[in-house]
Amino acid sequence: MPILSGAQITMEVLVKEGVELIFGYPGGAIMPIYDAMLDYNIHHVLTRHEQGAAHAADGYARASGEVGVAMATSGPGATNLVTGIATAMLDSSPIVCITGQVPSQVIGTDAFQETDVTGVTLPITKHNYLVTEIAELADTLREAFYIARSGRQGPVLVDIAKDVQNEKIEFQWIDKPVKLPGYRPDMSADQRTFQEAADLINNAERPIILAGQGVIASGAMAELLKFVERTNIPLSMTLLGLGGFPASHPLNLGMMGMHGEAWVNTAIQESDLLLAFGMRFDDRVTGNLANYAKHAKKIHIEIDPTEIDKNVKVDVAIVGDLREMLAKLTSHTDQGNRKEWLSKIESHRGDSAVRDIKHMPDMGHLYAAHVIHDIWRLTNGDALVVTDVGQHQMWETQYYHHDTPRSLITSGGLGTMGFALPAAMGAKLSCPEKEVWVICGDGGFQMTAAELTTLAQENIDLNVAIINNGYLGMVRQWQEFFYDGRYSATPMLSPDFVKLAEAHRATGIRVSKREDVETAVRKAQSTPGVVVIDFEVEKEDSVYPMVATGADLDDMIRRPKPEIEW
Amino acid sequence: MIHTIIAYVEDKPGVLNRVASLFRRRGFNIESLAVGHTNRPGISRMTIMVDAEDENVARRIEANLYKLVNVLRVDDLTHKSPVARELALIKVKADSKTRSEIVQIADVFHANIVDTASQTLVLEISGTAEEVTRLLQMLEPFRIVEVQRTGVIAIQPGDDQDYSDPSLFETIQTKQD
Ligand SMILES: Cc1ncc(C[n+]2csc(CCOP(=O)(O)OP(=O)(O)O)c2C)c(N)n1
Ligand SMILES: [Mg+2]
Repeated sequence: MPILSGAQITMEVLVKEGVELIFGYPGGAIMPIYDAMLDYNIHHVLTRHEQGAAHAADGYARASGEVGVAMATSGPGATNLVTGIATAMLDSSPIVCITGQVPSQVIGTDAFQETDVTGVTLPITKHNYLVTEIAELADTLREAFYIARSGRQGPVLVDIAKDVQNEKIEFQWIDKPVKLPGYRPDMSADQRTFQEAADLINNAERPIILAGQGVIASGAMAELLKFVERTNIPLSMTLLGLGGFPASHPLNLGMMGMHGEAWVNTAIQESDLLLAFGMRFDDRVTGNLANYAKHAKKIHIEIDPTEIDKNVKVDVAIVGDLREMLAKLTSHTDQGNRKEWLSKIESHRGDSAVRDIKHMPDMGHLYAAHVIHDIWRLTNGDALVVTDVGQHQMWETQYYHHDTPRSLITSGGLGTMGFALPAAMGAKLSCPEKEVWVICGDGGFQMTAAELTTLAQENIDLNVAIINNGYLGMVRQWQEFFYDGRYSATPMLSPDFVKLAEAHRATGIRVSKREDVETAVRKAQSTPGVVVIDFEVEKEDSVYPMVATGADLDDMIRRPKPEIEW
Repeated sequence: MIHTIIAYVEDKPGVLNRVASLFRRRGFNIESLAVGHTNRPGISRMTIMVDAEDENVARRIEANLYKLVNVLRVDDLTHKSPVARELALIKVKADSKTRSEIVQIADVFHANIVDTASQTLVLEISGTAEEVTRLLQMLEPFRIVEVQRTGVIAIQPGDDQDYSDPSLFETIQTKQD
């Protein structure tokens, strides 16, 4: 049997797990693995901050459905991963983080760069490991990949003591299933519940589907389409569900929730049956729980049993993989005709179009809506868009229409500013054939802008649209609505983004007029490498509609109607 | 309502921390948690007494425990009339005047006197949590010096479930790529 070091065993397992790319940053406690890496056919991307490595691994995972890998040294390297791990945790994204740890002999002595990383990441990982025995290393790494990608996916961290990386043992890869007696990734539902659910569906007059990220995670797009077309039930989506069902489908009503479409939120409140498919009734989609869809029965199909009855009590729960569960459920349902209900929802659209900023006269101003609408139009809706967090993120959902899964990547659960640029790097590397656009705010962009150089070093081709409103816009909006317009710490001076781009070997373009948007977008599309467009948009525009925290879902702040008719 | 939840866990470092962290994170209120080895190598057993407003919360606690990779099996014994016991050691002031009265109280509670010193007695009681609490109340007037309670341990009575069957602790991993 060949004799390998722990570092080599680590690389062997990564290769066997199909890893081709690692995002990371070296340091003392992980040097043996970085040394071994040179002898293996795995490409390493040196991000400029470990947070970037975790987000890049996350973006890689979300774009491809494969496990993304991030690597860091002990102490500060590992703690810099934390925001990225928490982001992946809340959005159930499969990543494996490998961190170096101080030698096992000195663990617990406050050794140089020692942090209790498994302790720190315990509540923000699906599972984590500290490896202090070389005999356990290979199995542990394999378990990590298996846990990350199975069931409800999520981040797994493996902390490897430096002496384990250096130690040598006889090692041979054996292809055997991992042994995890306490791990139940998939508990399948009882046969009876399908009939119960089907009875509710067949008798409902005003049903509506709430489609979440589970549709994309389980690959249930075709099954969902079949279900919708058989039952004729209209559908709405959560933020992370966008793309799981074509935006252009006539039964797709759009996004629900805090900044969802007004008619969608109204329809949910009026419905007599909610069909929650792979979503978790986050507070951002329910509004005030006490008055949430009060007259509706509820069916919940969900892979994670801990989500059942967590926020909203349901009448029928089906625990299992959505794709399989939906296929079974469809066979129990009748063909539906929902004419009356659909025309009722249609009437709720009411004057929404008139209130849409896209249709209002611009008076020479540039609005984010114009920019995002044009990017959608000029990319034929085919781009992979990665957003940051804030107003621009919500405008993206309103003005970029996604017809395919994994074409929108965004930090939903944690709402992590600084996510977009590094996540887009991971996404582009996993789908090199895709046109990738980052849509971010002037604030969030500055949190991880250093990754522009990583993109240059890796010759990555993507475009960045900064929706530059001179504010931490989403917080400014809350201050305008709920804090008497007292702008505390939200006005923000930014660097010259064009020069900043150029300093990072990227192309910079500034746009402040609506008529220049198209030229800039086209130029970005035809220019290789990174192009950063600084869109100087209207400073104090707000995202509408808005359900205030604690308000009922159909109690929305609407954009004022234009005063003049035209 | 207090629920009696049994968790069989892998006997590995950090598992108690994972369970405790789960309860803290999700805001479930632990009344007591007792853990010890079983007759089965590598498996420990926990009795967790937890305050759950309704059955729904209890069910979610169970589901959350199952989600921990090192948890092998979870049973809610609350509605299965569990045999539940708590052990306590109580050191109480005792002088020549009060000593015999304390011994009488101990007798009533089937508590043993396990240490006698010139100023104090140590009582050992095994009983339901209520019995332990009542004994403590009775001893309060004599001045309790120190108390250690173990927290409740519980087991399901009767022949229904045979835990010597190893398959109860194994999940067959069906879907593996
Ligand atoms: C790391 C982090 N810090 C703070 C916040 C709170 N927050 C949410 S949106 C927002 C403003 C974002 O500003 P900007 O990036 O300019 O985007 P805009 O809302 O203006 O489009 C802030 C500060 C956050 N989500 N993430
Ligand atoms: Mg801004």
